[in-house]
Amino acid sequence: MSSKMRFTSDHEWVELEGNIATIGITEHAAEELGDVIYVELPAVGDTFAQGDNLAVAESVKAAADIFAPIGGTVTEVNDALEDEPGLVNEDPMGNGWIVRIDVDDVTELDDLMDEEEYEEYLKEEEQ
Amino acid sequence: MGSPHRYIPNTDQNVADMLADIGVSSIDDLFSVIPPEFRLTEPLSLPKALSEPELSAELNRVAAKCAHSMQYTSYLGGGLYEHFVPSVVRHMLTRGEFYTAYTPYQAEVSQGTLQAIFEYQTMICELTEMDVANASLYDAGTAVAEAAVMSCGATRRNKVVVSRAINPRYRQVLRTYAHPRGIEIVTVDYDTQSGATPPESVPKDLLDDAACFIVQSPNYFGIVEDMAALSEATHRSRALFVAVVNPISLGILAPPGSYGADIALGEGQPLGNPISFGGPLLGFFATTSKLMRKMPGRLVGQTHDDQGRRGYVLTLQAREQHIRRESATSNICSNEALCALAATIYLSLMGPSGLRKVAELCTWNAHYLHDKIAKIPEYEFPFDGPFFNEFAVRGRRPPAERNRRLLERGIIGGKMIEADYPELSGCTLWAATETRTRQELDTLIRELEVLA
Repeated sequence: MSSKMRFTSDHEWVELEGNIATIGITEHAAEELGDVIYVELPAVGDTFAQGDNLAVAESVKAAADIFAPIGGTVTEVNDALEDEPGLVNEDPMGNGWIVRIDVDDVTELDDLMDEEEYEEYLKEEEQ
Repeated sequence: MGSPHRYIPNTDQNVADMLADIGVSSIDDLFSVIPPEFRLTEPLSLPKALSEPELSAELNRVAAKCAHSMQYTSYLGGGLYEHFVPSVVRHMLTRGEFYTAYTPYQAEVSQGTLQAIFEYQTMICELTEMDVANASLYDAGTAVAEAAVMSCGATRRNKVVVSRAINPRYRQVLRTYAHPRGIEIVTVDYDTQSGATPPESVPKDLLDDAACFIVQSPNYFGIVEDMAALSEATHRSRALFVAVVNPISLGILAPPGSYGADIALGEGQPLGNPISFGGPLLGFFATTSKLMRKMPGRLVGQTHDDQGRRGYVLTLQAREQHIRRESATSNICSNEALCALAATIYLSLMGPSGLRKVAELCTWNAHYLHDKIAKIPEYEFPFDGPFFNEFAVRGRRPPAERNRRLLERGIIGGKMIEADYPELSGCTLWAATETRTRQELDTLIRELEVLA
């Protein structure tokens, strides 16, 4: 887990490189969801505000909305998920990434948790 | 101890046992939470209950007041069509294994029902040339509304464009669904000469932020639309093209899949279901693989169990309300199982060549009638576009009066459309399916000459 990562209370992660944010779901979310069988991806060029419904991860018994942790325009989607949605379970913080977006306002990241805060949040949620 | 009511099976003893079981002393006690002023203290003012023979006679007396299509020659259409239903359909339909109107809720226990629905879905896909069809919706009207909602979800746009030449009833249902969701409906007019929706009449900027364009072919006036051109125009704006079609017409007309429709739907009643005073109906609904996860309704899939045996399951349920909760695009969790089964049996009896034959007979009959009416000087046709089994006629005499006179002669005349299209005053819509004989058509034409 990179220290530059930020986390949402809906268990998405976001990592910023330049102005491009890579977004995925956390290990905790992937475990909770179970075997992911389909990920509904947005189209390149779609724009989202922070908190908008960005994608949907579907497992055998559930479908979870993935919300945009930060606003921007989609520059790339993880096409590999079309054939191999299980990547979200195998490597949620790496090869199982969902989308990359060109960020509108980097300061929106300040609303999110860092790694330490997220760990703390998970512990609280468990209780 | 006998039952106090002829048609309610509870005996006095049953009632006493139940009351004792829940610990109240009387029926009045059971309702004691209802304030006395709202409770009925005397018996309802109803006639005395009838015995079974009396009831049977009474129902027959009332039923005899109704006209039915075996007594009258009907030229009604406008969405529902009288077609010949082979007796095998009813015979198969009423078998105990199948005879339920409802979708199976313990779905996987009902393998036979699921297989029948799977066959139905497969036939709808073959008929429409679409990739995937659901287990059916209530009727074409709700299917149109669901298509609009699904299109908005899939495109993340909030406006639907609809041709004014689609069935006015469907547009009413669409309005009902769209209003609370804040979906904007834009209606585009038909061409007053052809009766069709001209592709060039739909401005690109209108479609640019639209979720879909909904067009019916043959349209409400019976006119065959230029679906290929309309579909192309729609896709230039990255909107979805929704084709509303008469399934019988697909025996001779191009299927929606061939012109790139994203959603194909329609009224399935013509497939083996009677007109029955307007229902129950059958909304068929099909889409592309690309959009299948946005599709409303139940979906049956074929699979195999751990021993490799073929089996049927409800599939892609993550789309549905019980899993997606408030994010589900539709709250449909039922289907028209019995009507869909009738359609399946009908289609299996007809086969592709039979369906083509039915479609050809409809076309010939409607065109024969049209051409004969054309020879009577008092009648004219508001539209000159190509038509399938139905067309609009304008006469001099008020339609209501003409229809009343026809009814006296055992003929149910054309549907009056003025209320929905005030500009088409004096116009009626005439449908002729394969059930009309040449003799019946000739009789009608003679009557129309007299009633001109």
